[in-house]
Amino acid sequence: MTLWTWLKSLTSPPIFFALAQRLGFWFGLISIPLLAYGLIGGLLLAPPDYQQGEGYRIIYIHVPAAWMSLFIYSLMAAAGGIALIWRIKVWECVLTAAAPIGASFTALALVTGMLWGKPMWGTYWVWDARLTSELVLLFLYVGVIVLQQSIADARAAARACALLAIVGFVNVPIVHYSVEWWNTLHQGPSVTKFGKPTMDASMLVPLLVMTLGFMSFFGHVLMRRVQNELLSRGEISRG
Amino acid sequence: MSALKAVFMRELQLAARSRADWAQPVFFYILVSLLFPLGVAPNSTALPLFVPAILWMGALLAALLGLERVFRSDFEDGTLEQLFLAPVPVSFLVLGKLLAAWLVLGLPLALLSPLLGLLLGLSMHAAGVVMLGLLLGTLSLFFLGGFSSALLVGLPRAGVLLPVLVLPLVSPILIFGAGAARAAMSGSSAEAPLYFLAAIAVFCICLIPLATATALRNAFE
Repeated sequence: MTLWTWLKSLTSPPIFFALAQRLGFWFGLISIPLLAYGLIGGLLLAPPDYQQGEGYRIIYIHVPAAWMSLFIYSLMAAAGGIALIWRIKVWECVLTAAAPIGASFTALALVTGMLWGKPMWGTYWVWDARLTSELVLLFLYVGVIVLQQSIADARAAARACALLAIVGFVNVPIVHYSVEWWNTLHQGPSVTKFGKPTMDASMLVPLLVMTLGFMSFFGHVLMRRVQNELLSRGEISRG
Repeated sequence: MSALKAVFMRELQLAARSRADWAQPVFFYILVSLLFPLGVAPNSTALPLFVPAILWMGALLAALLGLERVFRSDFEDGTLEQLFLAPVPVSFLVLGKLLAAWLVLGLPLALLSPLLGLLLGLSMHAAGVVMLGLLLGTLSLFFLGGFSSALLVGLPRAGVLLPVLVLPLVSPILIFGAGAARAAMSGSSAEAPLYFLAAIAVFCICLIPLATATALRNAFE
């Protein structure tokens, strides 16, 4: 029964608004020490790379941003599914609120990757598989944002975005493997290999902390944006 | 099944009566592909490198011209609303509409491509691979594009927005299609990318009508 009432709280705009108020505060609060430790640990404490020297330190921004870009798009597809199947307004707001944040993380991942690429690869941009799929992901985000802004009715816009996000989500692996088939130069993943990452713990821990920091920062911004969306839709009366 | 056939035949009849509608993308395709060499130095050895890209991008853009109209007139004159009242699943009727749209607007582009390819200096074999790739590729393209135009149906700026939605979705099709053409030009086997294109086409035909029907229903609510 408690699960049921908890689930119901995720569907009612006023209850969700109050929940988002608290969640947003806590996410924001814990993101500060996490980001601070991640930055200090990554930029100062972690040892320099034996090949890339100090230049590798941009991964403490780049890699979490790239992970976030995929995570947020998955979240949007999931929120879109929930919004379409059960017609829940709150999740429509989650979807449309998440899109610009996800696009920003994607752009951040691309820009930091380009800045890293110049000294390491000798060029800002190569048509490498992962770069290209990240770029296509950015275009998919832009599609969702543009679609949302061009439909006047907020509910119809959110539902159209939900469909586009789901179709795009199915497309992401196809894009990924097609560009991989096409060309690849990017270095292989060094964290996701389970068992024994090829990164030393002194480098890995700040990276993971940084990722948690990005996640909670995202949670904070998302909650505030959902609140804004609910207010502007008139679901919540400004008491 | 008869409902699917009725929708399909109606689309073909409408197309037969308005020839300008389907001739326009074809002329666009011819013009784009044949003006491209004017931008390259005369008799340049670089031109053959670009031929797969020209033929594929030209076809994508030409298809976008036609896709914009797939649902618009039916939305404006109320035919779509009638489709929703029919006692069959809308996704089924959408399947008929999209197949007919591909037959009228997509198939001519694919059939034209080997001719353009030969004019641009492709070998017989490579031109055949381009056509085969475009036959499969335009099919997926029309389903993904039909879905996107269903999302935009009734919007005033649909024509400008459509490429923003469609082109990222079809990037794998471009990669495999142009990849098949490049493989054929270099004499290696083009089978693998063609199989990928076929797989994507089957995937799109099965699932996209469901999403398109939901998108159209959303436009009415």
